[in-house]
Amino acid sequence: MDAGLDKVDAIFEKETAIIDGVDISGPWNRMFKERVIWEYTPELIDKVADLPGGESFAWCYQCAKCIPVCPVDMVGNYGPRKLYRMAQTGTDLHKSEELWLCTTCANCLRVCKKVVDMVQIMPAVREQAVLDGNVPEELQKAFEDTAKFGNPLGQGQRKRAAWTKKSDVPVPIMKKHGQPVDVLWYVGSYPSYHPRGIDAALAAARIFNALGIDFGILGPEEKDDGDTQRLAGESGLFEMLAEHNIAMFNKYEWNTLVVTGPHELNAFKKEYPKLGFDRSALHYTQFLVQHLDQLKPMLKHEIKATVTFHDPCYLGRHHGEYDAPRELLRAIPGLELVEMGRCRENGYCCGGGGGGMWLDSFTQNHTTMRLSERRVLEAVAYGAEILAVCCPFEVSRFEDAAKSTGNDQLKVLDILELLDQSMRG
Amino acid sequence: MNIVVAIKHIPSLADELEVNDEGTNLDYDMVDFVLNEFDEQAIEQAVLVKEASGGAVTVVGVDVIEELDGVLHTALAKGADKAVKIVGDLEPGIDSHTHARWLADAIKEMDADIILTGVQAADDLDGQIGPMLAAHLDMPYLGVVTGVEVAHRVATLYKEYAGGMMGKYAVSLPLVVGVQAATKPPRYAPISKIRQIAKTAVIEEIEVDDDGPGAAVMLRKMSPPVSTGHANMLPGDAEAVAEKIIAIIKERGLL
Ligand code: SF4
Ligand code: SF4
Repeated sequence: MDAGLDKVDAIFEKETAIIDGVDISGPWNRMFKERVIWEYTPELIDKVADLPGGESFAWCYQCAKCIPVCPVDMVGNYGPRKLYRMAQTGTDLHKSEELWLCTTCANCLRVCKKVVDMVQIMPAVREQAVLDGNVPEELQKAFEDTAKFGNPLGQGQRKRAAWTKKSDVPVPIMKKHGQPVDVLWYVGSYPSYHPRGIDAALAAARIFNALGIDFGILGPEEKDDGDTQRLAGESGLFEMLAEHNIAMFNKYEWNTLVVTGPHELNAFKKEYPKLGFDRSALHYTQFLVQHLDQLKPMLKHEIKATVTFHDPCYLGRHHGEYDAPRELLRAIPGLELVEMGRCRENGYCCGGGGGGMWLDSFTQNHTTMRLSERRVLEAVAYGAEILAVCCPFEVSRFEDAAKSTGNDQLKVLDILELLDQSMRG
Repeated sequence: MNIVVAIKHIPSLADELEVNDEGTNLDYDMVDFVLNEFDEQAIEQAVLVKEASGGAVTVVGVDVIEELDGVLHTALAKGADKAVKIVGDLEPGIDSHTHARWLADAIKEMDADIILTGVQAADDLDGQIGPMLAAHLDMPYLGVVTGVEVAHRVATLYKEYAGGMMGKYAVSLPLVVGVQAATKPPRYAPISKIRQIAKTAVIEEIEVDDDGPGAAVMLRKMSPPVSTGHANMLPGDAEAVAEKIIAIIKERGLL
């Protein structure tokens, strides 16, 4: 990767230069000296840009604005400019391990004047890599489990609603419920199966019940939304899951679709419509904020703590929602909300997006620390006692990171859990 | 070379297993079925042999709950050339004797040079399909194999023994191999490829009659194990826990 523009050693000018009979003597005749540019491999840039979705890769003009905002670069050596340069100097992105590091967080896209879009480029190239059989082992396992069981955790499809047995309030399952609901709550895989995700799901069920919301869940008829698998290169798996979920959404009568996770929000709002799903969705923070007047008086118990909020990439940058989660947190009495330096539009990524959730060991070989660890250190530096989140990928990621960085005192809680605590004491 | 893989569709252990109301077997309505994971290894090994030495791979299985197509499409996406399913008016819980007889009858028509099958399956753990196939087909059998190579009609088979010993066998074709693990981890079949294949692939069907249990053994009663002991969780931080562990070890005279 060292063939750089700085390789041009001396500017060399002929006193007279006559090319094809034209006298081009003058300061600019240096243009005709062979330079290092002839060593470039534009075909490897084209290989990416020729893919549907990969086009913008070729637009990069190497300004490097993307590098300081790339969360992976902060713990390693990464970013669109560097990937372009690598391709230019001989790296085939299709076969390179670098292909799997981007979390599709979209922070580079925010600052790129040339609209080089990793959120499109990465899945396009990864799809080819998957078809060629180049998938990191950990990721392959997540794909296989999702294909077999409908969730990347490898748990039984029939057990998807097992968490509701722990609920002290009713959680109607559409198939048995047998009547229309106002809110169809798409729970998601991690809140259905992961122990810490279940805590958030139970909290949500209590909040919905307290607000008197007429809601239902799909339970065993719900499958993973598949969007993160799509971004990791498995578009066929995504389509299979989407077709299933769309059929289930259309099977029942409901008014509003509410999701626990930002990745599901992205799936249902941006990707499922391409497959014929024509209804919108709300993240739970957006939905609850609509009920804030009703919710506020219920938040009786103080939570005396300094809390910071981690903007999920797929709620913030991808869907422009920064305020709803903050309004909910501010409604909790006693709670002091502090902002981290990297917040809102410039929010740091937890490392879970774009398949990162299932590539932790793989990524470790390319970074000095996990993105989640970097983020936890930032939260601690801002004096937070609680790191509040609202994406089901994050609770387990940040809890692990708090432990591994020796910050066990930092609590990681979903906003749902905080609201529930404030309601119940 | 005709490479045949005999596979088995079995209840998924990711599900909570429940016993039926009669207490005679699993409640098969309450479980999903998956491909036996040793058969997954057998398919991979078969495709590796084909890639190294040429030939065609045929995958054959009994379609117990009429959901075997997905498994067969996946095998085709991974490199198998032909898929065959044994169908009929079947109920789950078919014993391995019957399974082996049906598979052997089907394989007899395939002019097989080498037959690979998972060394055992999680549903009965009896590891009988391979040996019984070999008996029906009058071929030699070697099980718990972790690597297969074929050249000049001789199969070189690797088998791991306890204590880090490795056995290497040379067996003339035809033969039946019980695969413990393929030389490489099973490859990934992209779903788009599987779906593409599902649209065009023709799965050959062989009809059988379920004429009752094939072995003298019949399952009379099944129940979840009764827990006899329980684990003691030691509360406290690492140091406190360590002290308690030492105290317990001393108390029981284990040192
Ligand atoms: S900001 Fe855009 S144009 Fe500039 S280096 Fe990065 S990708 Fe290239
Ligand atoms: S999308 Fe995020 S992780 Fe990927 S290159 Fe851009 S800034 Fe880096």
